[in-house]
Parts: sequence; structure tokens; C-alpha cells
Amino acid sequence: VVHFILLFSRQGKLRLQKWYATLPDKERTKITREIIQIILPRGHRTSKFVDWKDLYFCCAVENQDNELLTLQIVHRYVELLDKYFGNVCGLDIIFNFEKAYFILDEFFIGGEIQETSKKSAVKAIENSDMLQEPVKSQEDRKTYTVLFFF
Amino acid sequence: MPAVSKGDGMRGLAVFISDIRNCKSKEAEIKRINKELANIRSKFKGDKALDGYSKKKYVCKLLFIFLLGHDIDFGHMEAVNLLSSNRYTEKQIGYLFISVLVNSNSELIRLINNAIKNDLASRNPTFMGLALHCIANVGSREMAEAFAGEIPKILVAGDTMDSVKQSAALCLLRLYRTSPDLVPMGDWTSRVVHLLNDQHLGVVTAATSLITTLAQKNPEEFKTSVSLAVSRLSRIVTSASTDLQDYTYYFVPAPWLSVKLLRLLQCYPPPDPAVRGRLTECLETILNKAQEPPKSKKVQHSNAKNAVLFEAISLIIHHDSEPNLLVRACNQLGQFLQHRETNLRYLALESMCTLASSEFSHEAVKTHIETVINALKTERDVSVRQRAVDLLYAMCDRSNAQQIVAEMLSYLETADYSIREEIVLKVAILAEKYAVDYTWYVDTILNLIRIAGDYVSEEVWYRVIQIVINRDDVQGYAAKTVFEALQAPACHENLVKVGGYILGEFGNLIAGDPRSSPLIQFNLLHSKFHLCSVPTRALLLSTYIKFVNLFPEVKATIQDVLRSDSQLKNADVELQQRAVEYLRLSTVASTDILATVLEEMPPFPERESSILAKLKKKKGPSTVTDLEETKRERSVDVNGGPEPAPASTSAASTPSPSADLLGLGAAPPAPTGPPPASSGGLLVDVFSDSASAAAPLAPGSEDNFARFVCKNNGVLFENQLLQIGLKSEFRQNLGRMFIFYGNKTSTQFLNFTPTLICADDLQANILTKPVDPTVDGGAQVQQVVNIECVSDFTEAPVLNIQFRYGGTFQNVSVKLPITLNKFFQPTEMASQDFFQRWKQLSNPQQEVQNIFKAKHPMDTEITKAKIIGFGSALLEEVDPNPANFVGAGIIHTKTTQIGCLLRLEPNLQAQMYRLTLRTSKDTVSQRLCELLSEQF
Repeated sequence: VVHFILLFSRQGKLRLQKWYATLPDKERTKITREIIQIILPRGHRTSKFVDWKDLYFCCAVENQDNELLTLQIVHRYVELLDKYFGNVCGLDIIFNFEKAYFILDEFFIGGEIQETSKKSAVKAIENSDMLQEPVKSQEDRKTYTVLFFF
Repeated sequence: MPAVSKGDGMRGLAVFISDIRNCKSKEAEIKRINKELANIRSKFKGDKALDGYSKKKYVCKLLFIFLLGHDIDFGHMEAVNLLSSNRYTEKQIGYLFISVLVNSNSELIRLINNAIKNDLASRNPTFMGLALHCIANVGSREMAEAFAGEIPKILVAGDTMDSVKQSAALCLLRLYRTSPDLVPMGDWTSRVVHLLNDQHLGVVTAATSLITTLAQKNPEEFKTSVSLAVSRLSRIVTSASTDLQDYTYYFVPAPWLSVKLLRLLQCYPPPDPAVRGRLTECLETILNKAQEPPKSKKVQHSNAKNAVLFEAISLIIHHDSEPNLLVRACNQLGQFLQHRETNLRYLALESMCTLASSEFSHEAVKTHIETVINALKTERDVSVRQRAVDLLYAMCDRSNAQQIVAEMLSYLETADYSIREEIVLKVAILAEKYAVDYTWYVDTILNLIRIAGDYVSEEVWYRVIQIVINRDDVQGYAAKTVFEALQAPACHENLVKVGGYILGEFGNLIAGDPRSSPLIQFNLLHSKFHLCSVPTRALLLSTYIKFVNLFPEVKATIQDVLRSDSQLKNADVELQQRAVEYLRLSTVASTDILATVLEEMPPFPERESSILAKLKKKKGPSTVTDLEETKRERSVDVNGGPEPAPASTSAASTPSPSADLLGLGAAPPAPTGPPPASSGGLLVDVFSDSASAAAPLAPGSEDNFARFVCKNNGVLFENQLLQIGLKSEFRQNLGRMFIFYGNKTSTQFLNFTPTLICADDLQANILTKPVDPTVDGGAQVQQVVNIECVSDFTEAPVLNIQFRYGGTFQNVSVKLPITLNKFFQPTEMASQDFFQRWKQLSNPQQEVQNIFKAKHPMDTEITKAKIIGFGSALLEEVDPNPANFVGAGIIHTKTTQIGCLLRLEPNLQAQMYRLTLRTSKDTVSQRLCELLSEQF
């Protein structure tokens, strides 16, 4: 089970937080701050990092969870965001933060994966989104980093 | 401004976000946010009713502000209003706000639950989905109370859409995790199991997650899932990569589902032969696929494929029954040990650790020793090196111990500070466990102190002393080696301690050599004295007095040192006292008395290594067990408790040499009897084998037992030979009992063995220290019993005592009065509070009543004393009838605290009592009522 997912920028700004464990606000703020402080200076030399775009994804999982597959959960989420925004970048997630949450909910709830098929998940998102086509952002793609952390 | 993208164009929101991004400073940002908050507040408070769109926009702005890290304390009501909107996007934002900013206001919760209820009943799948997501996200107890009954129905209803089923399964899982007591098993469980056969793989995936968690707690209810899971898995692993269409992830068929099914199977032992054959085929197929060339160069492909492979290996290890599969798994992991992906090397080291503890694969793991040693030297990431250390520890046995210990020692020189202490413990354990030649052991420990003295804990250096004292073949060598090590100009204080202790005991063995004459030994130690801390100095003083006995020729020198002001007037009381006493002892005692008092230490009793206990405490028991230990623990674990060695044993198993070096203190001397036959640790001594041979309870035992319900001290048993007295104290959920065994005869008791026999379901941890097997005529020995109440319990343990008296075998059993009420803490309360709580506990199961005839004279004062002795508070002026007695208290167990109220109504004319117990737990009410009824 995933306990929480955090998405933050290289500057340490939180872009998305999703908690599947019930914790008081204070505790959440404290954990978030500590994690960002641990992760930002580490760079991606250590083993649990995979290069991605310009955001850090952080999943808190349990010791016995399958680590390689949790990595793929993050990958799948980025794929879904890509598919929805048409090549996602950090700004999309800032300006459409609520969509980033909705997409996550279609794919992953209560700390467990709900739908592993990309098609089904995208279809669910599109069904619920009765509005127009995405407008592509001009911002360049940068590098993201995905991190796992136990 | 970048293009504001899709959606229903909340322009105001986009503008606001842009504004924030354009702020040049933190102050400007805060100013802009405050302005916006003021604006939103006035809109929400304004007279004009806001339309849905505006509400949605403002609520969304509040969310954004919250996500920037600012507190939001309003807007909840507007968000709740959005929930009942018929527009999907408005409802969606409402739910998002509620999920992110969970609020504990009860009125609000009622409104939210109401909205959710409506959406669940709407039969509109998108609305149902939103409501279920919200419950799964929040997962509060209130929501569990409201919906835990409803969701299983949605989940198994025939007409529920697949996507709703998926959400319902995970929603139920979340509620079960947060409030398992509110999710009752029922008819739906068997239907949920059949979801494993569902055509929709998304439904199967979600259902598997749910079933796995439920099966961990209720294996019996879900055991039919095993064969279904195996056949599902079999269909997946044998499918071609295109068969599963979109559920194939980078050419790997349904990796998430495969992993979940493999995880579900790990809740159960190996299945029946028929199913087992099919499962073995699946696992072989997964292992075979690992050898095939990759279908894609992408990392996603290899990650997904290996994720399934690692989970399959976990299952193989879990079953631990197919030697062929275990060896194949080991070979596969061996390949990964040299893989270029660090993640894989890490995971391979980790999995191999568990393989090393299987008797089938232990040898196969050992073949990789060189690779693992190499990893220790070359891995760049400390977490990987740590796993390499763990694996070396796990694969160590007599055949490779010297090599592994040498490698660990050399790694220790450069190891990261964070893991040094653990490596020290591991080296110390391995060196002891596999020592054939104890000189090697002594060298290893001294090396440890030299390389990483700061990380050598007390347990480690106590242990080397115990071993040297217990093995006379190594004492001379140890004395010589510490003497040489102490020559170093700067040596670690721990070395001074070990050196001081060993020379104090065995310095005479090397005193013949003029290079280590008594005076040289003394001067060497004393040259370190002033650099050491108080406890070390205290230890050295004891060494000096031992020298006075060993080497009369240095007596005068030592007396001078003891007599100096810096000792006799030392500000530290302990040092001062030792100096005074030792000086006096050396002056007044005759040689004979000195020789007796300062005699060589008796051997320490063999017990579980305290170092091992420490490592277990540090890492958790499962991570350090090796093959032998797993087996041993299985047999030891009589209480069914998860922790084989509670922390208190470690304190008990290592008498601190510095605390009572001379055995002069008031505490009883270390037991000198022969070590118990098995060295498996204290618990074995207490619980082993004698259960079958125990005598039936002694006559009168039950009566005596009852007398102790309301008191803690007194004589528990007495016959012509033996008297057993008790003294006990209890605090919260812990207790300590001193049992005194008195030999009433003038003849020795031999092979005196008291054993505690506990019922299997005893919810208390009970630890005893062994007692001396010989009890002299007229003597009394004492045994300490530590008790921890885990949960409420009924049966009391039985104390069985066996011994030989004048050639006849004696066998006595008595019930030991460890009863639930001992864990009572009294609670004072006023009349009003009492009756209010009384009413709250009005559930029929919570009350137990007993009407019984008085067995003793009905004396008010005695009754009061008994109620207080029972442990509850006696509440005066609470009951309107002054003849009645009421009491209140809390039973403390490790897991919970249970509030208890009691009322005793005497009827003098009929010589009867009515006793009523109300507590929050039915079994507690029952037990307390039984115990107390016997008292009057």
C-alpha cells in the first residue's frame, strides 16, 4: 500500500500531495518538509532514483511492497498525464492542479492501483471531462526525477 | 503568460495562479494571497447568493492557496454545497476540496455523509465513482460507520458497472484498514472471492488487493481464493504478450495483477497437490522467462518483468518447500548480483538474505560469497553495502566464518558511521557463534574495539569477559593479548575496561614473564586511569583490589594509590566508597579472607547471547534470524507472541561485571550451578518439556489462590518440606513477583527446578530467571517473575516445582495468583460521573451479574478492604443506598485499557450478595465477576 504521494519542483515547491494514511495536518506538514529536505540535496546518484522530467515524484511505500512495480506506478501516472495534457510539463500541473488530482483518482485510490489499463483510465477521465481539447503548452520539456523512498 | 489549458476555463483561477507566479518576493505572494482570501470571504459572506460556477471557482482558489502551504479555515460549507450540485464539474471540485481539506466538524460530516449517500444511491456511475473515491480518500471512522455496510452490497451487486466495482473494492479496503471492526464479514465474502474470475482485469486487480488484505486477517474465510488465484495466474503467465491487450505493460502481461496474485498466495501455505502442480508450473514459467532475451530495451519492460520475478521468488521462499525452485531462484538472484542496474543488485541482495535461511538453498547462496564481498568493497551506495553486510551475516556458517568476519572487520575500517554499530554487533555474534578456536574470538573482539571502539556497546565487551571467564583454555591468551593491546599509547576506553577486568582475574597467568610482571601490569593500567570516565575508574579500582590478592608484592603500591586524596576524597561517591572499602579490606583482612572474598569469578550461566538480543531489538527479530535460530525460536515461542526475546531478557541475561565485580554487594551472587542442558535462552528454561510430568494441583491450592486475588503478599503453599511465599507488585500492565522457596528441612534439595506452565491462550508474557538447583537445608531462595499483561485473560499459570529430597523425587504444583484484577488502577469519581458511565455501559454483553450466598461473615470493613485489595477504587457516597459498595478502575493491558465499574449489594437478612460488573469488554466483565464473587 502506498501511504502518500508527493510531487514537488526542484525548488522544493509542493505541486501535488495525496495522503492515503490518516495523519493530522501538522504531521503531514512536518513529513513533507523533512522529505523535501532529504531529497533535494541528494541528486540522482543513488540507486532509488530514475531520471524523469523537472519534478520530483515521491511515493512512500511499505517495506514489503514490490518496489520495481511501484516505480512503474509513477511511470504510468506520468504517461496518463502526458496523454491527457499532450506532453505534460510542470506548468500544466500548476495551472490544472485539480485535473492532476482527478487523473490520479481514476488510476489510484486508497493507496492501491485501481486501473492498470491506460486506455480504460484515459477513457474514464475523458468521459468525466466533457470539455474541449487540451491546448499545448509552449514550455520545453525538462527532466523529472522519480524517487522512491521507503 | 502561458496558455491556460483545458477544462471549463475558470479564467479567474488562471489569472490568480499567474499573479502568484509573477510575484517577485515571498512578501508579495503573501500580500496577493491575503487580498484574494479577503475577496473570497466577502463573496461567501455577501448577501447575493453565489451561482455554482462562482462557488466552484472560489473553492478552487482556496484549494490552490492551501496547496501553496497556507492554512485555510473557511469554505468548507461552500464545498459541501457543491456536492449536491447536478453539474459534474462542480460536484467534482466539491469532493476534491473535501478530500484534501478533511474537517472534523461533526455537523459538516453529517452533511457530507448525506451528500455521499445520495450519490451512492443515484445509480449514476460517475457520481457513484466520485462518492466512493471520496470515502476511500478520507477513510474516516465516521465514514466507515456510515458506509461500511453499504459498500459490500454495491461491490457484489450484479448490475454494478465494472468501474464502480473497482472503486468499491478499493474503498472497502481503505475502510477495512482504518476501521476493521466496522467491516463485518458476511455473505458477500464468498461472492468477492469469485471476482477473481471476473472477465474485467481491472476488477480482478482491485478485488485481489481487497482479498489479500482481508485474507491476512481471516485466512479461513478466504481460502477458496487460493485455487482461483492460481488458475488466474496460470492464464496470465501462459498468455501471449498481445492476449491481454491494454493490460499488457511494455510486453509484460498484467504485471500488477500478477504481483498481487503472487502476494495473495503468500497469505497461505503451499496448496493441495493438484493446485500445487499448476502453481509450480507458473513459477517455473516465470523463472524461464527471466532467461529469455528482453522483448524491449526500455527500462519499463525490465522493471515490470523483474517485479513479477521478485514476487515469484518471494512466494517460493515463503513456501520453502520446493528445493528445485529455491535453488533456481538463488541462481537467478546470483545473476542479478552482477547486473548493471543498482536497483536489481539491491533487491537481489535483499531476497538472497531470506534464501540463506532456507535449508534447501543455504548452500547455493554460499557459492556467491566472493561476489557479495566484492559488493561490500565496490558498491557506491551505502544502502546497497548495508544489504551486502546483511547477506554475509545470513550466509555465514562454520565453513566460511573466518573469511566473512575478516572481510567485515576490514570493511568496518571505512564503513559509514550510520551502520558501524550494527556491523560491530554482527561481527561479535558471528565470532562467538562460530569460534572453534577461542583465541580467534578474543583477537576478533579486541580488533573490533581497536577499529571501532566507540561503537562497541556494553553488551559486546561484557560478552567477551563472560566467555573468557567461562573457558579456561583461553584465559592465559586473553591476558597476554590485552596486556599487549594496552601498550598502545592511545587505546580506547572499552579496551581499558576489558583489559582491567581480564588482568584483574587472570593477570597472574602472565606474571611469570618479567616483561609483564605484577608491577608493570599495574603501572600500565594505572597510566590509563586518569583519562577514563568514572565507571571505568570504578572498575579499575576493583582490579587493583584483585591485584592485592593476586600479587602481595604490589599491595603497598596499591594501598598508596587508594589512600591518596584523589581517591579517598573523590567527589564521586562510588569511587570514594570503593577506595575506602578496598583500602580497609586490604588492611584488615587476613590472606585467607582476602583470597576468599577476591576469588576468581565463577562461570557465568550460559544463556542467550545478549548481543543477539540487542541486534534483534535494533533490527526487529525477523531480519537477524538465521537457520538455527528460526528453528529454535519455533520451539521457544510457546506464548505465540511475535517477539521471541522481550527486551527485559537482555537485561537479565547479562549480569554487568562492573556492577558487581566482587560479588560483595547485597544482591545474590551470580548463580554458579551447572548451566541448563539447553542453551536456548531463558524462555526455554521456563517453559520446556516438564508440562507432561507436572503433578496435579496440590490440595488446597484453589483456596490459597482465591486468597491472593485481593492481596499481593503471603504464603502461597506450605507442606512439611517446602514453603512458598510470594511478594508482588503491579503497575499498569506490568508486574513483578518474587517467589521465595524455603527449605524447611535440614537436608539439601537437589535438582530444584521450578517451572511455570502457561495455558496456550494466556494473554500475558511471563519471564522468570532460573534459580540455583541446590537449596541448602534451612535456606531460602528467591525467584523473580516479570509479567506483562498483553490482553485480558482467564487462566492463571501453574507453578510446578520438582526436586530431590533425600533420594525421593518431589513434585508439587500450585496455581500462581496472576489474575486479571492485578492490572487494575483505581479511579476516583463523583456520584454523577459514576452513574453517567454506568448508563453508558448498558449494552447487555457489557454487564455481568452474579447473586450468591455469603461464605464469610458480612462485615462492612472487611468488604471494603477486599474491594480495595481487588484493585478498584472504593467510591464513598456514590450509591444512594449507603449499604451498597461501588468501585471503579481501569484494567491496563498492553493493547488496551478497559474501564470497569462494579456494584456490590449485600442483603443481610438473606445472607446474600448481588454483584454487578460493567466494563467495556464482555470477557473482562465475566472474569472480574468470577474472581470477586469468590471473595465474600
